[in-house]
Amino acid sequence: MLESLLALGGLVLLRDSVEWEGRSLLKALIKKSALCGEQVHILGCEVSEEEFREGFDSNINSRLVYHDLFRDPLNWSETGETLPGGPLEALRALCRRTDPGPVTIALDSLSWLLLHLPCTTLCQTLHTLSHQDSCHGDSSPGEQVHVLGLLHEELHGPGPLGVLSSLAQTEVTLSGAMGQASAHILYRRPQQRLTHQMDPTTHLTFNLRLSKKEREAKDSLTLPFQFSSEKQQALLCPGLGQATSHIFYEPDAYDDLDQEDPDDDLDV
Amino acid sequence: MFPELNNLLNTTPDQAEQGKLTLLCDAKTDGSFLVHHFLSFYLKANCKVCFVALIQSFSHYNIVGQKLGVSLTTARECGQLVFLEGLKSAVDVFFRPQEEPHPLQFLREANSGNLQPLYEFVQEALKPVDSGEAAWRCPVLLVDDLSVLLSLGVGAVAVLDFIHYCRATVCWEWKGNVVALVHDSGDAEDEENDILLNGLGHQSHLILRAEGLATGFCKDVHGQLRILWRRPSEPTAQRDRSLTYQYKIQDKNVSFFAKGMSPAVL
Repeated sequence: MLESLLALGGLVLLRDSVEWEGRSLLKALIKKSALCGEQVHILGCEVSEEEFREGFDSNINSRLVYHDLFRDPLNWSETGETLPGGPLEALRALCRRTDPGPVTIALDSLSWLLLHLPCTTLCQTLHTLSHQDSCHGDSSPGEQVHVLGLLHEELHGPGPLGVLSSLAQTEVTLSGAMGQASAHILYRRPQQRLTHQMDPTTHLTFNLRLSKKEREAKDSLTLPFQFSSEKQQALLCPGLGQATSHIFYEPDAYDDLDQEDPDDDLDV
Repeated sequence: MFPELNNLLNTTPDQAEQGKLTLLCDAKTDGSFLVHHFLSFYLKANCKVCFVALIQSFSHYNIVGQKLGVSLTTARECGQLVFLEGLKSAVDVFFRPQEEPHPLQFLREANSGNLQPLYEFVQEALKPVDSGEAAWRCPVLLVDDLSVLLSLGVGAVAVLDFIHYCRATVCWEWKGNVVALVHDSGDAEDEENDILLNGLGHQSHLILRAEGLATGFCKDVHGQLRILWRRPSEPTAQRDRSLTYQYKIQDKNVSFFAKGMSPAVL
């Protein structure tokens, strides 16, 4: 299931609630990415680095880079330990990172960023972040950027939730019943954009082309139900070589032949 | 403290967990008995407590505390308890020169500022003192309550940031605990309060929710308590995630029983 969540690339939105938390799924996806050899950058706003790294063995932890926005995100302590520029600058720095190779960026959490940054700015930055492979001209199509965003549904209105949904390639909503958690997964296939127009008639097993003679014959063909000027003349002047039609009718013993018109008395 | 509640939470003053944020909320009932429980619990556990009391006076908490076996006056005098009496010090804000920082500085500001002065007050109160002997077990911050801050004009995000910083300093850096009460407005559409309640819910390790009975007031059953454990420390721990009990508040105790099992009913 985890592979299919990471298959499409782009933004993977994990929607959780107070009762059904999503951080463990986020950590599972991070572990999967790290085991595939990817480097993982985590923008941590809600839990400490120690707490986040709990449960990962040293092999995985060595592939995780934790950008700490937990200790002093708003620079209240003024010790200079904060990431300079605050949360927005930290996010933009992730966009600008130039180390090669496949990478996963985890945002813990998108809700914290949405509460502290304007929605439009955050969405623009997210879009840039998840489409980084198109910026690097020489990167192979196989090197996707995965952006994993943890979102606490109850904290936001339908507007911001809808916008983030539309930006996401994959959306997982966590819920549950009777003590059992469940996940609802929505995949959004990306728009098929053709890089160049292909001729569809090449490489077929049958012939779609016409020779010159065939084309002439096709053009001079009159279709039987097409109303042309010849047909019009033929209908208007029936005497020209056309036999008049006659109906031969043999009535049965049970037929009631009445030559009178039954609708004669209608005043129409 | 209420021994039966300790049993439900599987904790005692000697074995109190550290580094946790506990969220207390109440809906259609008064959840302040939980505040009194945790206040007396942590004083008995020999922790240094900073109590930001915005709702009631010192003497109110003291009287209730005495019924539960702790003396707030003694605790304050020996330095175990730092008490911010919101009702009294709110007035002080206006009679002091503006340059002097005051924890409730936000009352003076026209636009909803942040709660950094209040955080700095808490930081100063619970800072570990390098006096050689470890006097107190761990620092504890108790807030009664956070919803009133919204009523006083502070934004929900500002309150969330305040608790975030308290959690980072008190829970993570100093391995202490934070306990805060938020009222749930329920049917009334209060978006700011919902953001605060849910935002804190996501940050919490333990949520205690006191609810009034759906059927209304009852003499023998005062309400229902829902306990939700989040973020267990060991991922594989087999622990009940959520428990619901009904309770009755008596003069010096609160008794808990399973739903429908009130002694008055059986």
